[in-house]
Amino acid sequence: MTGALAANARVVAALGRRSIVQTLRRPQLLAPLIVFPTALLAIQTAGAGRAVDLPGFPDVPNFLSFMLAGAIVQSVMFTGNSGAIAFAIDMEMRFTDRLYAAPIARSSVVLGRLAATATLGAIIATYFIVLGLIFGASIHEGVPAVIWIIALTSAAALAFGTIGAAIALRSNNASVVQGIFPLVFVVLFLSDAFFPANLMLEPASWIAQYNPFSFVVNGIRDPIISGWSATTELKAIAAVIGIGALGFALCAAAMRSRLRRGV
Amino acid sequence: MAAIETHQLAREFEGGIRAVDGVDLEVAKGEIYGFLGPNGAGKTTTVRMLTTLLRPTGGRAEVAGFDVAEDPGAVRRKIGVALQEAALDPLMTGRELLELQSTLHGLPRRETRNKCRWLLDRVGLTLAADRRVGTYSGGMRRRLDLAAALVHTPEVLFLDEPTTGLDPVSRKAIWEEVRKLNQEGTTVFLTTQYLEEADQLADRVGIISGGKLVAEGTPGTLKAEVGRPHLELSLVDQQGNESRAEAILARFGRPLPARDGTLMVEIERGSAEIGPIVVALNQEGLQVESLDLVQPTLDDVFVHKTGQHLEGASRDTDESEVVAE
Repeated sequence: MTGALAANARVVAALGRRSIVQTLRRPQLLAPLIVFPTALLAIQTAGAGRAVDLPGFPDVPNFLSFMLAGAIVQSVMFTGNSGAIAFAIDMEMRFTDRLYAAPIARSSVVLGRLAATATLGAIIATYFIVLGLIFGASIHEGVPAVIWIIALTSAAALAFGTIGAAIALRSNNASVVQGIFPLVFVVLFLSDAFFPANLMLEPASWIAQYNPFSFVVNGIRDPIISGWSATTELKAIAAVIGIGALGFALCAAAMRSRLRRGV
Repeated sequence: MAAIETHQLAREFEGGIRAVDGVDLEVAKGEIYGFLGPNGAGKTTTVRMLTTLLRPTGGRAEVAGFDVAEDPGAVRRKIGVALQEAALDPLMTGRELLELQSTLHGLPRRETRNKCRWLLDRVGLTLAADRRVGTYSGGMRRRLDLAAALVHTPEVLFLDEPTTGLDPVSRKAIWEEVRKLNQEGTTVFLTTQYLEEADQLADRVGIISGGKLVAEGTPGTLKAEVGRPHLELSLVDQQGNESRAEAILARFGRPLPARDGTLMVEIERGSAEIGPIVVALNQEGLQVESLDLVQPTLDDVFVHKTGQHLEGASRDTDESEVVAE
């Protein structure tokens, strides 16, 4: 039993490593993770920095500190999307057949991809924290917050990745997966990511308050700008678990459907 | 025990398309079995079922003694698979691909390194091992794909159209490797749409058309079934001499109806009879202008069994479309 688990873990690790290398070697997969969120962070911080003076805006040392969580979550959502595109490309070129013809659990193929997404999530969190610190942001809760943010971001990446993987498994088509890219922006702009929900107009404000992605953003943001809040962090964990559970269920259904259809 | 055994194996896709329709196969251990058929005949669907990538919707199949539907894991441990169009990641290097494949088959790390080095050397890719696959030629990709199928020393090797699209030199290199593997004891199940490939490599050939196995046997037996070799010849001064020539040819075998002025005779002993025929015609003052000994081919077998030619023939429904649905 332990031997089988160790063997599976080795396979998942090998497939995860391969997925990370694939992302690093394919600029069109890597660019959305780093370049777009960094550019948006720079533009918004430079152009909308006076927003901190608005009545009702959270008390923050500067706008960059507020924006960091949004940039991290945006990048992590792009990571899930890029991972799903890469997965669909694997299916299109039938690389996955090579994997399915080997004596491994079929779920290992998906888990390997998700392990890579989670690892990239941790790398992204580290990158944005370092970038923020260089350009004047501060982390209110210090080193423990940094560790927490990296862990939460990694888990969020995995959870978002399951949704992308389910779409890839269902569609078998990289273009379809790429087509959900604009939805990422809709979900983000209707959340706390770039602007506080309490300052939005209705119904955007109402949607943002209950958008699970807002919970994840606030779980990352609070230790940066104000301090620990058990309620906020528990909501973030619940949101990650909820999104992940939904994604895994969709993945399982898509896998069953593929087996039935014979693709 | 046979290496591969199927009984009424069938696969029906959504919409009622029956890509494989009751195929019975028995491939002996150590055999090279050529599975021949045009595009859309059901070759790839059969291979996908035998390699556990696709569940049969009817019948049963055993590979290396294990049922493909009931014990797919055991089958996968015993087989090597090189699929059509070499599904390789262009961003990986050759070495990385082999190392990944070794991990998938549970080889220990130390053994992985040594095995990969040995396999790269065997297929002549040592110098290109650390280059990305995207920079490889078609022949190099096929050789890498073959090496990847061998990392765990499989009992049964499935090669799905291993030389499609390759130049003659690369094709011959793959044939050499397949022969060598077979001599080392590996059973090879090879699908192809090339007659020469089946003729050169296969101990036995199965011909599939419309999802059904229409003929099976050694290439020699199958060809003998459809007829003997025949001689086609024309004379320097043929006009008015046809009947005299036909009378002479009739002494050597059964005359066939002339086609476009070419005289034809079926001969039993093949090339051994060419000399005596030419001498006999000369003695009667008839000089041969051109002469061609025509052997029956597997295409003749295919035409005989299905009424259509093998190469270039295809059904209305393309199999690749069916599989991709």
